Amino acid sequence: MTITTRFTGDFRAYPDAGDPGFGVYLHWPFCAAKCPYCDFNSHVRHKPVDQNRFVDAFRQEIAYTAGMTGPKTVTSIFIGGGTPSLMDPSTVGAILDTVARNWHVPDGIEITLEANPSSVEATRFRGYRDAGVNRVSMGVQALNDADLKVLGRLHDVEDALKAIRLAREIFPRLSFDLIYARPNQTVAAWEAELKQAIGYAVDHLSLYQLTIEEGTPFYALHKAGKLIVPDGDLSAELYEATQAITGEAGMPAYEVSNHARPGAESRHNLTYWRYGDYAGIGAGAHGRLTLNGTRIATATERMPERWLEMVEARGAAHVEIEELEPEEQADELLLMGLRLTEGIEVSRWQALSGRPFDSARERDLIANGFLERLGNDRIRCTPAGMLILDAVVADLAI
Amino acid sequence: MRAMTRSVNETPLSHIRNFSIVAHIDHGKSTLADRLIQMTGSLEMREMKDQILDAMDIERERGITIKANTVRLEYDAKDGEHYVLNLIDTPGHVDFAYEVSRSLSACEGSLLVVDASQGVEAQTLANVYQALDNDHEIVTVLNKIDLPAAEPERIKAQIEEVIGLDTADAVEISAKTGLGVENVLEAIVKRLPPPKGGDRNDPLKALLVDSWYDSYLGVIVLVRVLDGHLKKGQIIRMMGTDAKYTVERVGVITPKMVTVEELGPGEIGFITGSIKEVADTRVGDTITEDKRPTSTMLPGFKPAQPVVFCGLFPVDAADFEDLRAAMGKLRLNDASFSFEMESSAALGFGFRCGFLGLLHLEIVQERLEREFDLDLIATAPSVVYKLSMTDGTERELHNPADMPDVVKIREIHEPWIRATILTPDDYLGSVLKLCQDRRGIQVDLSYVGNRAMVIYDLPLNEVVFDFYDRLKSLSKGYASFDYQITEYREGNLVKMQILVNSEPVDALSMMVHRSAAERRGREMCEKLKDLIPKHMFKIPIQAAIGGSVIARETISALRKDVTAKCYGGDASRKRKLLDKQKEGKKRMRQFGKVDIPQEAFIAALKMSDQ
Ligand SMILES: Nc1nc2c(ncn2[C@@H]2O[C@H](COP(=O)(O)OP(=O)(O)OP(=O)(O)O)[C@@H](O)[C@H]2O)c(=O)[nH]1
Ligand SMILES: C[S@@+](CC[C@H](N)C(=O)[O-])C[C@H]1O[C@@H](n2cnc3c(N)ncnc32)[C@H](O)[C@@H]1O
Ligand code: SF4
Ligand SMILES: [Mg+2]
Repeated sequence: MTITTRFTGDFRAYPDAGDPGFGVYLHWPFCAAKCPYCDFNSHVRHKPVDQNRFVDAFRQEIAYTAGMTGPKTVTSIFIGGGTPSLMDPSTVGAILDTVARNWHVPDGIEITLEANPSSVEATRFRGYRDAGVNRVSMGVQALNDADLKVLGRLHDVEDALKAIRLAREIFPRLSFDLIYARPNQTVAAWEAELKQAIGYAVDHLSLYQLTIEEGTPFYALHKAGKLIVPDGDLSAELYEATQAITGEAGMPAYEVSNHARPGAESRHNLTYWRYGDYAGIGAGAHGRLTLNGTRIATATERMPERWLEMVEARGAAHVEIEELEPEEQADELLLMGLRLTEGIEVSRWQALSGRPFDSARERDLIANGFLERLGNDRIRCTPAGMLILDAVVADLAI
Repeated sequence: MRAMTRSVNETPLSHIRNFSIVAHIDHGKSTLADRLIQMTGSLEMREMKDQILDAMDIERERGITIKANTVRLEYDAKDGEHYVLNLIDTPGHVDFAYEVSRSLSACEGSLLVVDASQGVEAQTLANVYQALDNDHEIVTVLNKIDLPAAEPERIKAQIEEVIGLDTADAVEISAKTGLGVENVLEAIVKRLPPPKGGDRNDPLKALLVDSWYDSYLGVIVLVRVLDGHLKKGQIIRMMGTDAKYTVERVGVITPKMVTVEELGPGEIGFITGSIKEVADTRVGDTITEDKRPTSTMLPGFKPAQPVVFCGLFPVDAADFEDLRAAMGKLRLNDASFSFEMESSAALGFGFRCGFLGLLHLEIVQERLEREFDLDLIATAPSVVYKLSMTDGTERELHNPADMPDVVKIREIHEPWIRATILTPDDYLGSVLKLCQDRRGIQVDLSYVGNRAMVIYDLPLNEVVFDFYDRLKSLSKGYASFDYQITEYREGNLVKMQILVNSEPVDALSMMVHRSAAERRGREMCEKLKDLIPKHMFKIPIQAAIGGSVIARETISALRKDVTAKCYGGDASRKRKLLDKQKEGKKRMRQFGKVDIPQEAFIAALKMSDQ
């Protein structure tokens, strides 16, 4: 199957029509168990985490970061992990309050919290809602028990469905994550599962193909030939099937792996991909800030305990505050922006890179149907181009 | 330290012994050198390591000697006398035979090492005949007698039968454990002759044995003094090149570089003298004193005859000048490789280089890359063809890309070799088939004990690519091989071009025998299919002779290549991946719209499977 349809999404309809905005990302670095495919900054602790100490540290690092940026209006907040649904609602409340005291947080902006189906309780969910959370992103990962086991998840399908039901009752917006291209997965099985998932979906879905990350147990198994995942052709078919089904269901992709009903795209994710500014707070968080006209990359200490100590000692735990060269920004803009179906502004890229796109390469990419121009200042991948995005980006960036 | 400060000329000729250690590859020459160094106390225990003379990284990694090495040892013999021994450890691989021949001309004797479990092999024969040609006395050493499979008696009989050497006083040793090595030292003193003639006060006559570049000392020249003496401050002249230098340092290698006052007749040692010009230090040249020259030059060495040529190009065109300088320096360490500038439509400016064989090519490329931090692309190796043109002229063809229009060529001649292969009987069938497949003509087949000795005439062109690898793999490593170039013969040869995405890639074109063209073409296309990464479009790969395609493959288009997972705001991680991709692209060459990785150029030519 080849995708012949064009992208339907009209970027002007997406939140804030092309405006990158300013997001605040807060990282909660703990999980109840480590999933064998996961290389995110998440840690398992057998003693209860001293949440009050974390609240204090978050307060300090938020204040410190706001000191760097000066007054700003926040367009979204995202509490990610790890497993933020392991946080006490009071912890979430205290942190969100601190954000609102340090920057301008208008009413009604998107405030997302990542949740795992295994750590869901009605009272806690209500507590998050009361603290200001208005959107939940749930790590469902699969809708069949055998695969959930393979993925090393602590929940089963029933837990997941219960969690979805509860979240739908409490939060105005809900997204959930699925991982596909799993070991032994067929196209037919995934199509059926995806259709079922769309039935439970509210306004947003994140559908990630399983990535084998170095250093994870899956990596070792894969290398030893004990874990077979779909190869190039099959994974392409799975991707194409995903596009077709979500498109028909009215939840087309607006980014490589993210789907939404038009208008329900994640404001926060759009900030990343539009290469806007975002503050990264908490252990192992990344940020991009514009300070006095200079673009800065920030990163904080990854180990939670070290992070705590550093923040307590110095008010923040940055291990990297680096100026980005214009060419580096141009690369990042391309890498992030072409993931969106809305594409990027050519003039913005040119201003950073100091050159136009290599015209022969651009012409070939367009002629081969991987890239298209929209109007005179926008360029984006076609659905076929999206499937080989990394190669397209490398071609344009060189 | 006593030994190191003694002035060398105090040693009378009768107490000097100069010898080479020769053997088939891996029979234990370098290990024996270790024991000799150790037992004469030249290095302390803590300074020793295995095959200490194999100093280059590449030698240690591959466990083979590439460069001959000289060491001066001092030995108190059982007769109560003190001797100076100059040992030269030589390489065993056929590609480095030139190192052996030069080493032999600096000595009067040889230790012939034979592995007592393996017996006589092809290079055993080749090297012992060379030693005999140099009028060497030979001490036969049976090594590895610690191995359960060692059969010294049987191997002695074999040596007598095949080589005709008397083995009554062959020395049986284990270079590994040191067993019997004392007897080797005694045999050197008693049975090898001292250097002949020579007087300290005669006009200087010294043989330029070798030279190499040292980043601290500059050019170092290894010499064997025949007459006269060498000392600091002397103005010397290289008689062949007429270059003059003032000697700055005179020394010996123990294997540390130790400065001595002078080198007298019969001695082997080194000199330095702010020598800049690579071309000035030609191995085999005669060194004399400028103001009081010797009347006769030494016969010198036959220049090394490169048999395999290929182009070497910098991956980054900006590195061309660096490559030129690196080649100059490397050539100082390796007189047997040659280079001249060339340019290629696809690869830009580079050098056409000549080598003694494919391992030699590989080693030179690797040394250039490692020691000089260069990235190189090597083109298809080729032998030297002789073309008889229709207008009656003759010309040499070093590079298939230079092949003239076929209608102007009357005949193409290619070099043939005579190969000697020794193999256990079990593999004889496969060895014969391999030779036959490579257009070989059998000359002789005889038996040496239970081993077959096959003599074949083969076109060199069929041997340079992978013959040695194939031979080794089909005989599980047991067959050995040596060859000499014999003559040029006419052959039905054609130029095969490779087209990638319909564009001819000159660096991949090669000369092949018409009868082998289809197979070669098919193999090349299959190899390239695996070596060239998928692109966004499908890429036809074709082999063609003249205008007609004889083989084809297609690389399908990239199906999926997109990072699915979300890394949140970690754009740096993505950027680092992109930087790696860009780096990778830089290491490729663009042919039309196709990026070909440099590995493809050399790997495509190693047709290890048939
Ligand atoms: N068992 C045993 N092994 C030995 C002995 N002498 C050498 N070897 C081993 O044989 C291998 C080859 O030894 P080298 O000394 O490198 O051989 P070489 O003749 O210098 O090899 P090239 O320089 O490559 O021709 C090494 O693995 C040695 O450890 C011996 O007396 N007994
Ligand atoms: C930062 S994780 C946190 C979500 C939450 N902790 C959970 O796992 O339910 C966000 C999402 O990334 C996806 N993910 C994590 N590792 C992945 C991998 N190796 N390949 C593909 N997707 C992955 C999962 O769908 C996960 O829900
Ligand atoms: S729960 Fe989520 S963050 Fe935690 S280990 Fe699993 S995938 Fe990673
Ligand atoms: Mg050796």
